[in-house]
Amino acid sequence: MKKITVISGKGGTGKTSLVGCFASLASGKAVLVDGDVDAANLSLITKPVRLEEHEFWASKVADINLESCEDCGLCLELCRFDAISGGYIVNPVACEGCGFCYYSCPYDAVRLNDKLSGNWFVSQTPYGSLVHARLGIAEENSGRLVTTIRNKGEELAESEKKDYLVIDGPPGIGCPVIAALSGVETALIVTEPTVSGIHDLERILAVCRHFGVEASVCINRYDLGEEQSGIIEDYCLRENVPLAGKIPFDRAFVRSMIQGVPVVEYKDGSLSEKINAVWESVNVL
Amino acid sequence: MLNLAIASGKGGTGKTTIAVNLALTLEKENTPVQLLDCDVEEPNAHLFLKPELTHKQSVGIPVPSIDLDKCSFCGRCAEVCAFNALAVLKDNVMILNELCHGCGSCAYLCPETAITENDRPIGIVESGMVNNISFAHGILNPGEAMSPPLINAVKNLISSEALTIIDAPPGTSCPVVAAVSDCDFCLLVTEPTPFGLNDLDLAYQMITKLGISAGVIINRSDIGDGEVEAYCSKHKLPILQKIPWNLEAARYYARGEPAVSHLPEWQVLFKELYKNILSAREGAEAK
Repeated sequence: MKKITVISGKGGTGKTSLVGCFASLASGKAVLVDGDVDAANLSLITKPVRLEEHEFWASKVADINLESCEDCGLCLELCRFDAISGGYIVNPVACEGCGFCYYSCPYDAVRLNDKLSGNWFVSQTPYGSLVHARLGIAEENSGRLVTTIRNKGEELAESEKKDYLVIDGPPGIGCPVIAALSGVETALIVTEPTVSGIHDLERILAVCRHFGVEASVCINRYDLGEEQSGIIEDYCLRENVPLAGKIPFDRAFVRSMIQGVPVVEYKDGSLSEKINAVWESVNVL
Repeated sequence: MLNLAIASGKGGTGKTTIAVNLALTLEKENTPVQLLDCDVEEPNAHLFLKPELTHKQSVGIPVPSIDLDKCSFCGRCAEVCAFNALAVLKDNVMILNELCHGCGSCAYLCPETAITENDRPIGIVESGMVNNISFAHGILNPGEAMSPPLINAVKNLISSEALTIIDAPPGTSCPVVAAVSDCDFCLLVTEPTPFGLNDLDLAYQMITKLGISAGVIINRSDIGDGEVEAYCSKHKLPILQKIPWNLEAARYYARGEPAVSHLPEWQVLFKELYKNILSAREGAEAK
């Protein structure tokens, strides 16, 4: 089984639209994971039917019992996350659940409660199983939630004897991205021909190398910045990173999204051929 | 003065474009303005503003270091660490720095006072000026997982003398919360597509949970459908501006040039936007 993560550094370059296409092009041989757990969109173009729902309990939150509290102020002084207000009220968004207040309170007035950090789901789509999640609003631990669903995806791909695990990664380079890249052989970096796209490509490539993941590059909407597209191609050549393909700007991407289908099912012809070429190229890596 | 956050849920909707063009518009109107790029994983605003970065500081997380001569290997530090960053063996203590949140519990609670804390660098903050705009951004080191301490370091530079624009990262989790917390108002940038709408909803829920009032900017307003507008009117969320898709503006963006410096129609759009922000903010305060 081949594991592929689609990432970008910069957001909005077209990761999810492409993963939807790959799902369709893999014709039933892939398990899909939506690793963008705080803004998950893959389900909007893959018609999932939910089969399982799980709770994700990953963190703690402090709770101060005002009856036992003697107003000594130690917790206020020790907390490095400014999570405790003057009236000994814990702000659950700021609290990291480190337990410093719990262990150090001289009056045992602090409790650490488990906190529901999100939910994750296994769904059936016309393309195969989809594992996706919803991180609780303003929650932490997105990296651990990504790890949870990536592991579930792997388990399903093995038990269902699939050829591919395709992970739709989050933007950025931080913890959920690292979790989405962990243990995969290949990353496809989707970039755009803009100064931002180039800058962010360099940083996400550094992350791939840091973790020993092979990467290739796809330039989306290459015709909106022919000059920058050329700069990216030269950069890939210099860095010895394969160019998986170039996809033109096409309003069919938005129209197909509104229909709720991958663009390769909405419009055939040269656009679909180019996307298919990217998929083939990722396959042979 | 006002602290304005720019957030989006979905990536690539145009947060940095709005931040940069709004900053330039305000500067032209002689409003003191500061732009803080808090998308420390992928900071881009400097590519458009090209500020002269004259100050640079390293930002770190305080991580434990153990004096093995003092350590009795009692295991208390590993027991209290909520992030499994410490493992106590028979005659050694393993520290997994990248898991450490820098909370300080282990050092404080060690019965042998064998633990001291040292800053482990996770990135840098750079700052400087571009004409009359004061600018700063954070740059997270590739391979680092935790960005909020760096985001907070950038926000420590907030000036009370200027209108501060905070360019937030995409998403709705801890880095975004760190960036938008304590701001006076939030601009939610979206696009009129199903992905844009889904993530606008998540971002709006986050902002509401933090108790910050918000308005919406619909970028590329003519590319999709009317669902985002319907959502805004249902939730009484003010639409502060609609920016149509513009090939010329996209080409300027590709080259790293702010469109307000070239396109008169964008200057009008951003002047209007600022007016709409002020009146939406007044409306929110009145409530």
